[in-house]
Amino acid sequence: MSQDRLTHLKRLEAESIHIIREVAAEFRNPVMLYSIGKDSSVMLRLALKAFYPGKLPFPLLHVDTTWKFREMIAFRDATVKAEGLDLIVHTNRDGVAAGVTPFSHGSSVYTNVMKTEALKQALSAHGFDAAFGGARRDEEKSRAKERVFSFRTDTHAWDPKNQRPELWRLYNARVRPGESIRVFPLSNWTELDIWQYILLEKIPIVPLYFAAERPVVDRGGQWIMADDDRLPLLPGETPDLRRVRFRTLGCYPLTAAVESDAASLPEIVREMLIARTSERSGRLIDHDDSASMEKKKREGYF
Amino acid sequence: MNAIDPTIAADASAFTDYLGRHEKKSLLRFLTCGSVDDGKSTLIGRLLYDSKLLFEDQLLSLEKDSRKHGTVGDDIDLALLVDGLEAEREQGITIDVAYRFFSTDKRKFIVADTPGHEQYTRNMATGASTADLAVILIDARRGVLTQTRRHSFIASLVGIRHVVLAVNKIDLVDFSQAIFEDIVADYRAFAAGLGFRTLAAMPLSARHGDNVLEKSARTPWYGGPTLVEHLETVAVDDEAAERPFRLPVQWVNRPNLDFRGFSGTVASGTVRRGDAVVVAKSGRTSTVKSIVTFDGELDTASAGEAVTLTLADEIDISRGDVLSAAADRPEVSDQFAAHLVWMADEPLLPGRPYLLKIGARQVTAQVTAIKYKIDVNTGGELPAKSLALNEVGVANLSLSEPVAFDPYAVNRETGAFIVIDRLSNLTVGAGMIDHGLRRAGNIHWQALDVDKRARALAKGQKPAVVWFTGLSGAGKSTIANLVERKLTALGRHAYILDGDNIRHGLNRDLGFSDADRVENIRRVAETAKLFVDAGLIVLVSFISPFRAERRLARELVETGEFVEVFVDTPLDVAEARDPKGLYAKARAGEIARFTGVSSPYEPPEAPEIRLDTTSAPADALAERVVAHLQDIGIVPGADVTI
Repeated sequence: MSQDRLTHLKRLEAESIHIIREVAAEFRNPVMLYSIGKDSSVMLRLALKAFYPGKLPFPLLHVDTTWKFREMIAFRDATVKAEGLDLIVHTNRDGVAAGVTPFSHGSSVYTNVMKTEALKQALSAHGFDAAFGGARRDEEKSRAKERVFSFRTDTHAWDPKNQRPELWRLYNARVRPGESIRVFPLSNWTELDIWQYILLEKIPIVPLYFAAERPVVDRGGQWIMADDDRLPLLPGETPDLRRVRFRTLGCYPLTAAVESDAASLPEIVREMLIARTSERSGRLIDHDDSASMEKKKREGYF
Repeated sequence: MNAIDPTIAADASAFTDYLGRHEKKSLLRFLTCGSVDDGKSTLIGRLLYDSKLLFEDQLLSLEKDSRKHGTVGDDIDLALLVDGLEAEREQGITIDVAYRFFSTDKRKFIVADTPGHEQYTRNMATGASTADLAVILIDARRGVLTQTRRHSFIASLVGIRHVVLAVNKIDLVDFSQAIFEDIVADYRAFAAGLGFRTLAAMPLSARHGDNVLEKSARTPWYGGPTLVEHLETVAVDDEAAERPFRLPVQWVNRPNLDFRGFSGTVASGTVRRGDAVVVAKSGRTSTVKSIVTFDGELDTASAGEAVTLTLADEIDISRGDVLSAAADRPEVSDQFAAHLVWMADEPLLPGRPYLLKIGARQVTAQVTAIKYKIDVNTGGELPAKSLALNEVGVANLSLSEPVAFDPYAVNRETGAFIVIDRLSNLTVGAGMIDHGLRRAGNIHWQALDVDKRARALAKGQKPAVVWFTGLSGAGKSTIANLVERKLTALGRHAYILDGDNIRHGLNRDLGFSDADRVENIRRVAETAKLFVDAGLIVLVSFISPFRAERRLARELVETGEFVEVFVDTPLDVAEARDPKGLYAKARAGEIARFTGVSSPYEPPEAPEIRLDTTSAPADALAERVVAHLQDIGIVPGADVTI
């Protein structure tokens, strides 16, 4: 545990690789959740490093709500091809059939049906006993107390008051049939660490992170991009072209853009450092009250 | 989360320098501990707040939460920044380890915020296990408390060698130098035996920020560094890179026939291309051919780096093996003495089989003896038969197979293990190895000329354990008796080990605590094993309420030699029969810990035979057992002559 020989990024990288290898070795059927965002891009790079020169010993899983930005899907498919990955795409067909959209049912029902339920469907259908997620402890308060190996019951529920103690680098990977572990290899990374690593390692990310002219509408002080013609426009409303970028990526109707000129990685990092709005505030699902993420997670949200 | 000076952000070349510095900074992991209300959460909140690490919306939500849950009037309650879970915000205490991050130009910090409540000792051990330094908070008004001693002891136990004594709330004692110095003297006297290599004491006010980031004008008598200055510069390098090389193999990387690599994180030391290495357990040696990473091959790799090694020779290596410096090898043993911190509501029971994870290896292990438990407040040794939640003890462990390890005091990576309950899968304990026990190497099994097979053949049967389990009064002994009579009538050799009878002799020193119940069954299981070795059919009639011990008994003999018979009688039926009047006594409170009444019975999940005693008379049930033994070839069928 020598401090000054290794930089903090080297130590974080090694810790993540250790975690990823441990999962591949201990679980019968692991999967890596791939959300296409910057954290997923870093997590994927770390996984490629963990097994080099071998291939990834597990598939990626993307839960497609059908409302992702088109550029995200294009980036996903290009990445899978370039790295020769095994990708599973899952959509909650029941939700689609029931016509659940962010507009018809509101963000809360929509997120529950098309993300949380969809994820549980996919995990159960494939019998995955471990699922990697790219969440970080600095994102949000309830995450700060979550384990790296976070136990889920057979109904995918998280019990924050009954977590397994986690010591040293010794992760307890024991589960019974139906139970699973969510694994967070980026637990100890901060947003700045992620960006610095992307910069240092030249990791490709979705172009939406960079500022460009994009068609947006103003919804209650949030810039929402008209990514396709499914966005219902209010009477008299027309999308304006504005120079915007996204600090976080999700479903386009639920992910607000920020006005920005940052068109390169160093500019993004610089902008982030002087920013005064934290990362998840661009995600509309967290806003109800500050304990809402803990509730979602107990129900099985990642 | 990080703040930046706007002038640096505005200047492109200054910003490039800034990024360069931040790429090169190092990492320090520390934990904060103290008693309830010493201000741990407030201190961490202060570090985040003063380092301008909060964003506007977080501040907004903090102000909102302060009004709702805050405990400091109209001020912003900094503790709310770090008290994450809804439940604990309502209770106003931190109930679990939380990890926080902040950084300066020199270092990134990972802070484990650990609770001060007595019942959460396990969380402190958890936070300390990955920390290099501990910040121990003391309320200046209250001085060194029992909890202070406890936290310092646990920090020392878990191998922390660098301590900051943060004398907090110094504003509430009028910034008194005399009070500060008394507390520090008090603490130094107590901590002298704890093996801390650095101990820095400083007067703080977390709430007002004195000596946290900025030197306080209100403590002119204090000439030392501020807390952050100290954390930025303290050298905690524990020379891990200079110690003997160890790499626990996590993953055998075999993408094709031409490549066979051994992946893992270097636990200690440095390895170079061409170095001689040994597989600690098998003693096989080779030399390092290459050190492979995604970013290219390396000449050397040191502690903390995750790499893949290829070797010059094809030797057998699998996950869990430890690659080590050939000239300086770890110990290999199946028995060792260790300090244990117990972390589960269910107590540690000697004799019960647990899983133990050490490095990348998982083995079955039993505690063979608890030497003593430790009063964490005084450091004193107390006699113990088991360890309860949050207790610390020293014990001997016996493993199902030898493992490679170093004493924890020498190597935190290869000397640590966790204990996992085999049924609940919970992490129930944490262990730190003191030293190997050599007995395993010196007591060998005496090989005998007449073996089990020969003895069984002479009796015309296959030996087996027929294990009757069920509530008191279920009918175990009655049925076992009938089975023995039937077997004897068939000319077979059987013997009954009966719970009550054994307790009169072999086990008369045992009571009915959970620990004694486990030992009771362990002895009977071992006795049954010897009788099986003698070629007998052993009929064991014991309540044996715990699954874990029945599993132990099963695993002591060979596959197919164990027949579990669940004598399934509902509690109300057994209680109505009450042949020995025990239920009546138990209900009257005259017998403590009576199975089914005041102590649990865990029914078998998949017994070979289940006998419903409400559906048929005992004789018919005994007949079913005999028929089963004939079916599986333990007893030859009636029409078969031998």
